[in-house]
Amino acid sequence: MTITEHDQDTTNDTDEPSLEASGRGQGTLPEWVRWAVAAASLAVGGLLVAFLWKVNIPFTVIVGALIYVVAIYLISRTVESQRHAVDRVVTGVVTTMFLLSLIPLISLVVTVVTKGAERFDAQFFTYSMRGVLGEGGGAYHAIMGTLVITGVTTLISVPIGIFAAIYLVEYGNKNAISRALTFFVDVMTGIPSIVAGLFAVALFTLFLGPGTRMGIIGAVALTVLMIPVVVKSTEEMLRLVPNELREASYALGVPKWLTISKVVLPTAIAGIATGVTLAIARVIGETAPLLVTVGTTDSTNLNPFDGRMQTLPVYAYYSYATPGIPREPYFARMWAAALTLMLIVMALNVIARLISKYFAPKTGR
Amino acid sequence: MSTSTQTREPAAAELTTGGRRFGDQIFRGLSTSAGLVILTALFLVAAFLLWQAWPALVADPADVRGGKGLVHYIAPLLVGTVMAALIALLTALPLSIGIALFISHYAPRRLASALGYLVDLLAAVPSVIFGLWGITVLGPGMIPVQGGLVDYLGWLPFFGGTSSPRSMLVTGLVLGIMILPIMTAVNREVFLQTPRLHEEASLALGATRWEMIKQAVFPFGKSGIISGAMLGLGRALGETMAVAIILSPSVRYTSVLNTSGNPGTIAADIALNFPESSGIDVNTLVASGLVLFFLTLVVNMFARWIVSRRSEFSGAN
Amino acid sequence: MSKQIDVKDLNIYYGDFLAVQDVSTTIAPRSITALIGPSGCGKSTFLRALNRMHEVIPGAKVKGSVELDGQDMYGRGVDPVLVRRKVGMVFQKPNPFPTMSIKENVLAGVKLNNKRIKKSEAEELVESSLKGANLWNEVKDRLDKPGSGLSGGQQQRLCIARTIAVKPEVVLMDEPCSALDPISTLAVEDLMAELKNDYTIVIVTHNMQQAARVSDKTGFFNIEGTGKPGKLVEYDETSKIFNNPSEKATEDYISGRFG
Repeated sequence: MTITEHDQDTTNDTDEPSLEASGRGQGTLPEWVRWAVAAASLAVGGLLVAFLWKVNIPFTVIVGALIYVVAIYLISRTVESQRHAVDRVVTGVVTTMFLLSLIPLISLVVTVVTKGAERFDAQFFTYSMRGVLGEGGGAYHAIMGTLVITGVTTLISVPIGIFAAIYLVEYGNKNAISRALTFFVDVMTGIPSIVAGLFAVALFTLFLGPGTRMGIIGAVALTVLMIPVVVKSTEEMLRLVPNELREASYALGVPKWLTISKVVLPTAIAGIATGVTLAIARVIGETAPLLVTVGTTDSTNLNPFDGRMQTLPVYAYYSYATPGIPREPYFARMWAAALTLMLIVMALNVIARLISKYFAPKTGR
Repeated sequence: MSTSTQTREPAAAELTTGGRRFGDQIFRGLSTSAGLVILTALFLVAAFLLWQAWPALVADPADVRGGKGLVHYIAPLLVGTVMAALIALLTALPLSIGIALFISHYAPRRLASALGYLVDLLAAVPSVIFGLWGITVLGPGMIPVQGGLVDYLGWLPFFGGTSSPRSMLVTGLVLGIMILPIMTAVNREVFLQTPRLHEEASLALGATRWEMIKQAVFPFGKSGIISGAMLGLGRALGETMAVAIILSPSVRYTSVLNTSGNPGTIAADIALNFPESSGIDVNTLVASGLVLFFLTLVVNMFARWIVSRRSEFSGAN
Repeated sequence: MSKQIDVKDLNIYYGDFLAVQDVSTTIAPRSITALIGPSGCGKSTFLRALNRMHEVIPGAKVKGSVELDGQDMYGRGVDPVLVRRKVGMVFQKPNPFPTMSIKENVLAGVKLNNKRIKKSEAEELVESSLKGANLWNEVKDRLDKPGSGLSGGQQQRLCIARTIAVKPEVVLMDEPCSALDPISTLAVEDLMAELKNDYTIVIVTHNMQQAARVSDKTGFFNIEGTGKPGKLVEYDETSKIFNNPSEKATEDYISGRFG
């Protein structure tokens, strides 16, 4: 809900005595005052910071906010009342917190975009790092590796996740298995990604001996991270399907499995697709589990069952952690990889939004 | 279904299928086995980690990395993990409450949903990118701030010595920024669920907006804030890449946060050392992973417990 | 088409709780039978037991028998899915499938069961079912629009069309008009009077005037108190029930002394 200052204060516009309990302050600050105070505070804060040190946006916001809070408190206290003054201070603090939190976000986006743009070229998307030292090279192998591993992860996770959610909603009836499943899916949501990686390594050590690195091992690790997200979102969507629709279908003499597959799932499909897309977005940026399961390589390998593969996040990490000499081309490729990764994640988020917006069941005339 | 004792004629063929309907059986079987696969997988996670960690648990202390035994290897890492996560929590908790309040109760409605979306987007940024940003932008940017902390707050046990851009403080701040979106999302949901009647009752009594928030929104949202904080803490404890990239670890215990003298975290230690490890070192790292697993498990279960207690109390959910 | 229902010693349980006790009655084909009674007396539960829809609720079970022209629908090996194709049901709240058009809604019983049907036959079935539900003239120009875009009364008639498209013998209606306005209610009541020529109709209603208007026979369900099972107190010609009931409880209920 939103209550504007205006709504609350109109009652005080007349000259009649205020009915408020605190009673001391009679007037009301016009709307423009706080904007004026805010602008003045920021200006003074900015000058102060620049004069004492250097031009710095985060400090300007912090110092400006401090000045604003003190100023608006004093003004409001003389014109309005102690209670309104406190209210205005809190409004200032809350708004400052919000603005402050925008700074890292903006800084992050600006950094990644400006530094990533340098090598965001055709060569980056068409060349691998095979035989490349220093300048040149690209992340073709890493991009393809990420797509392959994420694809395999999705192929494993989505059927298991959706069927498990169907079990919870349609068959479980709160029996022991479904209660255990709900609990352990919650537990799985909290598994640190590195631990999922260790699990996959341990599992494949049993079959293939220690030290094996393979795309499929990474996919299994990511599956452990992706399944709970798919189960949770699908379960939520299935529970939103009204029971009346299931009953209507049963009453037409439709068996349960056809009711689920032809009535319940189509009704919930937009929500499920949104959830799956967001789950993909979550695992596609995972680095740590791939570091310990898939390893790294300079050449293109698209076979998840045959040795090391390169992935975008790992590519970015190793470009930073073990650059060659000179370092600059490695760092440039690292930022380009980070930019690519961020664009993929953002695109997936936007797609998820669009799916839920345009493919939801139509109810209009 | 029906257990009738009377004798009855065999049911007419029109209504019987002779017990077939494969579709139903297959579908039920698929769903049930999907559930069982997940339960088995989680059991296997625990079992395999124990199996791989076991050699390190029984090994001669001299063989374990560092040469002083498993406990001496994991203990500083555990301290580092908790330290970084606590700094993150202390940073993110007040900010997430403020941002959530801004979105739920202060921003104009149309702006609010866009802002909510922005926060969700922030949650999707891969951790490796946060790490790279932290080491490139925030770390250097924090040097004068850390210097100022040493100059003016040096009497506190947390600040002193030579500041490093790869300090525990910078790491914790980046982790705080990383868990901010999830905590904000939880708080925002809880604040938006505050019963309108409570809010209106408070406003009708002449409360200012802040008084209304104190009287109606915070009491209602308290357990939600706590469980959101626990979820954020769980994330921060398990976060790997950002720490691996930013923190410059050492194996000392110190309360000073602005130097490069703090121990690393379990997750980052695994990521940094696992690719080059073999033999007993792998087992040692898996053992430390197991410790991390149980730590996050406890924190997450505590969060769930608070949530479930809340839903029992409020009839709304 | 249209079959007689014989109910013998029917007891319905939810878990250990006996919801309906010892109901024995005969419902004649090509007639409308109304079931009335106060809330929670088990009339809806009884209705759902007539096509085994109660089994959707976990823990619900039945003792006794319900025969459809002599075939026990609770007999060994009976598939509830096939029972429901013979005995259709219309619900309190209109519930067209939101993902389907008007046409697809009518064909739902066929399509959802993966049955192949020729295009011409499908169109015939849509037209005859919608005409049977008195809805054809209102929707014939927008058969491909979503069913959820219709008004409440139209949606309920669409649900009836969907039910009769499966060609059942019996149509059960669970308070089909309680979510509708008076004009839509009238349309549905008129429809019932026509459907009676082809189907056995059983309707649960809270509205005693409606029972008196539309039904040939009326059954009165009652409970002695909370936690006690519901019972069929009296079952007779509708005119007899409303003018000269033989039980005191029936008279008290229809004269508005309780309920």
